[in-house]
Amino acid sequence: MPLDQSFIGREYPPTRPYEVSREKIREFAESIKDSSPLHRDAEAARAAGHPDVIAPPTFVVLVSMGAQDLIVEDPELGLDYSRVVHGQQEFTHHRPVRAGDRLVATVHVDDITARAGNDFLTVRAEITSPEGEAICTSRSTLVARGAAKEDEQ
Amino acid sequence: MSPRFSEVSEGDQLPALTVPLTRQDLVRYAGAAMDFNPIHWNQRFATEVGLPDVIAHGMLTMAVAGRAVSEWAADPGAITHFGVRFTRPVVVPDDEEGAAVEVTGKIAKKNDDGTVQVRITARSEGQSVLGGASATVRLRQD
Repeated sequence: MPLDQSFIGREYPPTRPYEVSREKIREFAESIKDSSPLHRDAEAARAAGHPDVIAPPTFVVLVSMGAQDLIVEDPELGLDYSRVVHGQQEFTHHRPVRAGDRLVATVHVDDITARAGNDFLTVRAEITSPEGEAICTSRSTLVARGAAKEDEQ
Repeated sequence: MSPRFSEVSEGDQLPALTVPLTRQDLVRYAGAAMDFNPIHWNQRFATEVGLPDVIAHGMLTMAVAGRAVSEWAADPGAITHFGVRFTRPVVVPDDEEGAAVEVTGKIAKKNDDGTVQVRITARSEGQSVLGGASATVRLRQD
């Protein structure tokens, strides 16, 4: 059964703040084998004009994926997560994420479409400081492979 | 040293980057990104759900592709927009070599606001693994 399109436009409550530490930035940078000193050395980051070490561009997935679980796990929407694959991802950085940030995510259902038996769910996470400063906008398209397609195979 | 806006041209190639990914790398990324989906570390589970083998996290492939841009720009904070489509999984065999992701980038457009648009390709086993991948980068204006 296709997903309920009346969910388009729905906004979920903001997540509790995620505190960005220097050590988590370093750990994440190492896991993607990124050797930039701007992820490790506060002096180097300051020399490049940042107040503290900055996070790699995809670091905010730590916040956006957790936040979008509010939608994915919403029993009213009834998404079968075992069928979901990540189709598309984009980040718009209003400024770099840096150590000391407290990140709050508010997720929105931007679109729901059905095509060839699959459901496409576009989710937007607006990531801000607790005071409301815009930091990053994350857009994800999740694809729920439908039963119709499986029957064809 | 980061490139200057005035010194780059549309069509310029960024230095290519090849990143090996082993099973150990996937486990490390799973912990760092808190993404413990078993398709990224459990071969039995991956094959049961119809995958050829364990696959890399799409977000890890994206992160590795982003490195080609951030290392060229010398400042990861210069990336103001980064988007990809996940078109094919990176299959990571259980051996010493693992998989390799080969990343290239090219300046597709110089924008009036002092940013450039970089078109990115990422391939593994000779096949493209990301579609429509691009980044917008703010370059030095001096």
